[in-house]
Amino acid sequence: MKKLFNEFLKGIIKENPTFVLVLGLCPTLAVSVSVINGIGMGIAATFVLLGSNIIISMIKNIIPDRIRIPCFIVVIATFVTIVEMTMKAYSPVLNRALGIYVPLIVVNCIVLGRAEAYAQKAPVINALFDGLGMGIGFTLALILISGIREFLGAGKLMGHTLIKGFEPAYVLGMPSGALLVIGLLLGFFNLLKERKQ
Amino acid sequence: MNLAQFLTIFISAVFIYNVILSRFLGLCSFIAISKETKPALAMSLAVMFVTTMSSMITWLIYRFLLIPFNLTYLRTISFILVIATFVQFVEMVVRKISPALYRFFGIYLPLITVNCAVLGVAVLNVDMFFVNTKAVPGSFYYSLFQGICVGLGYTLAMLLMSGIRERLQLSNIPKCVKDFPLAFVIASIMSLAFMGFNGFRF
Repeated sequence: MKKLFNEFLKGIIKENPTFVLVLGLCPTLAVSVSVINGIGMGIAATFVLLGSNIIISMIKNIIPDRIRIPCFIVVIATFVTIVEMTMKAYSPVLNRALGIYVPLIVVNCIVLGRAEAYAQKAPVINALFDGLGMGIGFTLALILISGIREFLGAGKLMGHTLIKGFEPAYVLGMPSGALLVIGLLLGFFNLLKERKQ
Repeated sequence: MNLAQFLTIFISAVFIYNVILSRFLGLCSFIAISKETKPALAMSLAVMFVTTMSSMITWLIYRFLLIPFNLTYLRTISFILVIATFVQFVEMVVRKISPALYRFFGIYLPLITVNCAVLGVAVLNVDMFFVNTKAVPGSFYYSLFQGICVGLGYTLAMLLMSGIRERLQLSNIPKCVKDFPLAFVIASIMSLAFMGFNGFRF
């Protein structure tokens, strides 16, 4: 049980997909304009990760080694299609806000990376916890980045104005701001790691 | 189909909505391979080839297979399969022609499959050049051209970035911002410069 819990926990801090493994940056940067978008993307990606990790770990013995990548991609694409259709039906506003980045979850390196590096060798239950942990780690990273960008770039958090008369730096809401925030955050986490050693 | 439309596609795909600096597609490979110019150029050419070919193939699939049979919801799955096959082909060619280059790429060449730029341009083509599942006139040529332009935009950003990073190799940088963090900050400044093209309207 403890091992499974560790499996879950490692995705959140020690092997955080965004800040430690530096994977899956395209959606992270593109949708992190507001916290709501970040959470939506995080949940969508977590669902795909969970589903694909479970299925791939179930069918790992059937897949021939040489064509495993196309097989993984088909599994992942199926889950992405489910997410896409669900989102279109129940939350068209979010679907419009996330735009092409919903189908692009298919090519999110985190999902394929976990399938290749972990799920194809692990038992189903471990793969489940791994997927869940990675998904939550990704969501938390998205919330952090989008929180910073929304607060400093638009002066709001979850759509509410926090400080009256706060003059936001609009550049942080733009593509260039996203790159700056992630660069500085990565540097900051590296500094923390250095200090700790 | 007119010339102005082609010009608009060119300017917006290469400069205004640059695939890397504004749309963030293909960022992983951009940060990882842009340390030196030569491999950066090789990677860009591979990406350009794949985006061009795949936007052609995915257009044909969407127009003649998915729309007639009312299967447009299978878009993501069918596109990514075609792209994966295509990348495998490119990989085989590179392995035959230049083993040194192949060794250098290591994991990144198969990763073109999961390069968002390639699937991104296919999805964008469908979003832009099909109205209510009907192809706009000349949409095949627009799609093909957009594929080329996205590849060009990728190449441009890649060359600029690798040029800057090559010069930075000898400078004295704090250890904690070396590599990734610094690359992101540089990309951010470049993206700021590219935002200058934003005012263009045709």
